[in-house]
Amino acid sequence: MADEADGTAVSHHSYDVLVIGAGGAGLRAAIEARMRGKRVAILSKSLFGKAHTVMAEGGIAASMGNANPRDNWEVHYRDTMRGGKFLNNWRMAELHAKEAPQRVWELETYGALFDRTPEGKISQRNFGGHQFPRLAHVGDRTGLELIRTLQQKIVSLQQEDHARTGDYESDLKVFHEFTVTELFKDGDRIAGAFGYRRPTGEYLCFHAPAVVLATGGIGKSFKVTSNSWEYTGDGHALALRAGARLINMEFVQFHPTGMVWPPSVKGILVTESVRGDGGVLKNSEGERFMFRYIPDVFREQYATSEDEGDRWYDDADNNRRPPELLPRDEVARAINNEVKEGRGSPAGGVYLDIASRRTTEFIRKRLPSMYHQFKELADVDITAEPMEVGPTCHYVMGGVEVDPDTASTVVPGLFAAGEVAGGMHGSNRLGGNSLSDLLVFGCRAGAGAADYLDGLGTAPAVGNEAVDAALAEAEKPFSVRGEENAYTLHQELQQTMNDLVGIIRRADEMEMALKRLAELRDRIPRVGVTGGRAYNPGWHLAMDLRNMLMVSQCIAMAALERQESRGGHTRDDYPAMDENWRRELLNCSLADGPDGPEVQLNHQPQPAMRPDLFDLFELDELKKYYTGDELGGHRADRGM
Amino acid sequence: MGYRAKFEVWRGDSSGEGALQPFEVDVNEGEVVLDIVHRLQATQAGDLAVRWNCKAGKCGSCSAEVNGRPRLMCMTRMSTFDEHETVTITPLRTFPVIRDLVTDVDFNYVKAREIPSFAPPEDLAPGEYRMSQIDVERPQEFRKCIECYLCQNTCHAVRDHEENKEEFAGPRYLMRVSELDMHPLDVRDRKDAAQEDHGLGYCNITKCCTEVCPEHIKITDNALIPMKERVVDTKYDPLVWLGRKIFKREDLEARHATGRRSLDDAGPGNGSPLPADSIGPVGG
Amino acid sequence: MTTTAHDPGAPSPDNPGRADIRARTLRRDRWWLAPLVNALGLATFVVYATIRSFWGSAYYVPEYHYLSPFYSPCFSASCVPGSSHFGAFLPAFPPWIPLAILSLPFLLGFRLTCYYYRKSYYRAFWMSPPACAVSEPHGKYTGETRFPLILQNAHRYFFYVAFLISLINTYDMVVAFQSDAPDGSSRFGIGLGNIILLANVIGLWLYTLSCHSCRHVTGGRLKHFSRHPVRYRIWTAISSLNTRHMLFAWITIGTLILTDLYIMLVASGTISDLRIVN
Repeated sequence: MADEADGTAVSHHSYDVLVIGAGGAGLRAAIEARMRGKRVAILSKSLFGKAHTVMAEGGIAASMGNANPRDNWEVHYRDTMRGGKFLNNWRMAELHAKEAPQRVWELETYGALFDRTPEGKISQRNFGGHQFPRLAHVGDRTGLELIRTLQQKIVSLQQEDHARTGDYESDLKVFHEFTVTELFKDGDRIAGAFGYRRPTGEYLCFHAPAVVLATGGIGKSFKVTSNSWEYTGDGHALALRAGARLINMEFVQFHPTGMVWPPSVKGILVTESVRGDGGVLKNSEGERFMFRYIPDVFREQYATSEDEGDRWYDDADNNRRPPELLPRDEVARAINNEVKEGRGSPAGGVYLDIASRRTTEFIRKRLPSMYHQFKELADVDITAEPMEVGPTCHYVMGGVEVDPDTASTVVPGLFAAGEVAGGMHGSNRLGGNSLSDLLVFGCRAGAGAADYLDGLGTAPAVGNEAVDAALAEAEKPFSVRGEENAYTLHQELQQTMNDLVGIIRRADEMEMALKRLAELRDRIPRVGVTGGRAYNPGWHLAMDLRNMLMVSQCIAMAALERQESRGGHTRDDYPAMDENWRRELLNCSLADGPDGPEVQLNHQPQPAMRPDLFDLFELDELKKYYTGDELGGHRADRGM
Repeated sequence: MGYRAKFEVWRGDSSGEGALQPFEVDVNEGEVVLDIVHRLQATQAGDLAVRWNCKAGKCGSCSAEVNGRPRLMCMTRMSTFDEHETVTITPLRTFPVIRDLVTDVDFNYVKAREIPSFAPPEDLAPGEYRMSQIDVERPQEFRKCIECYLCQNTCHAVRDHEENKEEFAGPRYLMRVSELDMHPLDVRDRKDAAQEDHGLGYCNITKCCTEVCPEHIKITDNALIPMKERVVDTKYDPLVWLGRKIFKREDLEARHATGRRSLDDAGPGNGSPLPADSIGPVGG
Repeated sequence: MTTTAHDPGAPSPDNPGRADIRARTLRRDRWWLAPLVNALGLATFVVYATIRSFWGSAYYVPEYHYLSPFYSPCFSASCVPGSSHFGAFLPAFPPWIPLAILSLPFLLGFRLTCYYYRKSYYRAFWMSPPACAVSEPHGKYTGETRFPLILQNAHRYFFYVAFLISLINTYDMVVAFQSDAPDGSSRFGIGLGNIILLANVIGLWLYTLSCHSCRHVTGGRLKHFSRHPVRYRIWTAISSLNTRHMLFAWITIGTLILTDLYIMLVASGTISDLRIVN
């Protein structure tokens, strides 16, 4: 069916490694695979250098100990596990805490320019859930620095290839504005991928034995989100369709501080650094309400009076941190509750006030892009008046289940890193742990893919029928006599997820959501598009909708199943954390149903932590999360 | 609060042919131009092509020309227009059009590749980098760049003269040269290349790059003029010129040694060490 | 910048694939206003300065020692008595040579190659471009890559000389606080002329020190500020002045004209100096 004349010709390209996604994880994976001698193609949905990583503001968490020498990987590990309410994959958290400093220092060799300490080392800032100042940062645009640095490292590798081969793109090529619609397999093993160039609508088939998914998250399934249009869960859906499993999909992080006004920018992120640098949350009565919301498990680490909280900024060793810096899930729920009980701001948020606490000069120096963002989008001067903020869908903790050391999935040749991978953050991610996650596991995925190739026997091949089927699927919206509009269906999907599977969840609402999602599943195939293949946003959205629907179903099903509240999953009908649920992970996979593949939910046990890591915690703390029989192996029981 | 606004949006294809298409569309309080384009997509023109990402002025994707002025659509508030005014949106003029408001910005990626990468001292291991805040602040300003290419689009040296694209890297990439030249740990000499390879001389400092920069980077004053002055240091300083005439050979050799480092040892390295189990006490 | 006739409205074959928008600009604001005002302002100054430089009289007020900046330093035997603050070691000039021939070319060069004035006149006179996103009416553009505009790179050498001339202007300003007493001796005095001279000298220093070349040579050329704390502080101070370089450029055009005009009027006896002290 491939044909020159009607624009459906498919061109073929061969590489060793395909990296899908050009954010922090994808670029780091590509760099690693290239440095290990592989020919690499990067497939990026947006322009090269525009990935959602640029939106990360606060910093990269790495226990370099520059700001406080008492910091080390063990402290970082403990903070990460606590933040995730002990649902994290312990091995991932361990690798992450150990390798983050190396990955950050590496960026400096690529040309990154972080803010400095007086001794000339990388400056580190405070952030929610981190015991010590730990976030390497550049003002409040750390994500931009990260993406630009990695982008420039890619260019540098291309220049080296150019010096050798005369072609910048001989061994490392970026196909930007490219959407992947299908992964190909040969038997069990990954064989390649199919997709289209967004500008022209040309179809490309890639032959590659290793594919690294680094597609980011799913935020565009929710109405109020800090995520950009790219975040449609493509990697999650591709992995499912290729036979991999998603875990922890019920855990969606709502960042406590998104803009709430004006309506058109609702959801855009207000960095946590505002609070790390002294900003406080107040309700409409002017009360610093967070003091009322410190949960028992955190009571010992957080200040109980405003005075102590304020002293902490200057003397962190002798004071406890203010509760504004609790993990994100706690702060988001608190804000949600204040608004629900009628103490919200006019636009339905609460006040985030740094103007009355820091000088104009300090604010403009430390938070330049926040200043800029509020000035230009809301006409608010944050050095003079408080911001209005409220929770916004920010991050999905859930994702593709991977082997921690190699980032490989259960599908041979398929790897995943970054937000699309699951397990690292458990039920809730700490701020700053995302950028470090991208670097640590991006690097490991690139290395994992290279190692996989080195041990590969015969190369897998892409079958012609599979290519034809992928082409037919991509062409479908053009042949449908469309009675459905992609934009309308997208809005309905977002509204459903926002209202019924949002920050506070109830069984009846989620059942309703699943029903509506099932209806959408019937309607999405009837979406038709006008216009041609060249840069047609209607068509692009129609293709992405299938993915958003699939991940939405995963989220709703897992959220309905987990009958407790933990981290990024809060049940109105099961408000408490249940230690029995800590042992359970929920996974989603695809199974054949009467109308094609259907999402299926299963339980699997959470692997037990290695004893030496278990011993890093005090028994009293573990008791809050673990059931009695699991605590037996702790050093306290061994008399240590 | 809302009103009905008149818009004209350029619609056309990669041949460059097209026309302004009139629309009438609702505008609500607090909206930006990009919101209106999205509303057009959702209600009147499903295939209206527009490039965008973050919608918060951080990614630099939604560059276009609004009433003839190069702007980010996500950062152009509707309240800056009169309610009776017709708002005209056209694609960036300097780059080939793909469709409607989307242009092919590959020119910029080509130019980016022509600038030799950061070259750190060879004997410095990761983790040993020491730089002062006051030394990194200058290049940090340039690293705020979100690569929206509005400066590249506006600079008349290429906007009005397609033929100069070969010789001239454009403000964004001359700023990159300047950034690297000011990087406290970059050892490569970039001054000759700025003039000879990247076309710094084409800049006549008329400051349109600075005027359109959404990040308010002082491109001309802080990057391009200092770079011109640095070029003067080596190329147009009579004493240096005389010195070069006399000591020509040594000078070239010295620069060769520091400048060509990473390009000479081409080919892949061995990747990053993955030292997880060597950092701390691990094991059962 | 060589030019050939070119109709900016015509479709250009050199622009493959660009959106075919024929209008020179779609800007609707008054983009032409700034270049127009610049052109008028610069033209006024050039015309005034040229006329006055060749005028050859009414540039010195002997009783108050007021010397016009357009005649400083005055080294020729043709200079009126007292106006040669550093001696008249040059012979008499024919009338077509300005008396300040030693300083004027450098001052002209300093302003011609100034990074601000370049912007101003490239836009206002050469229309390259007249305003941002408005097509320029030239078929070809080579910027400052070749002769003669490559000479703009000499700015810093003009700066060095201008710095010296500013010292001379400062001296001129200081000696003007000595006015002639009725008994023929010198005594301290202040008149409106002194205040104008002082304002002009302050303006000239601000303009000269805020120059981009000055910013470069004092500290901008360094890679590591941290190793040169004093130069870093100087650079920081000059950088903050530099952000107002345009302002100082226009202020000094105003003060130069005002100073010269005032001295001309007093020297020619048209008005008398308003004395405050003696």
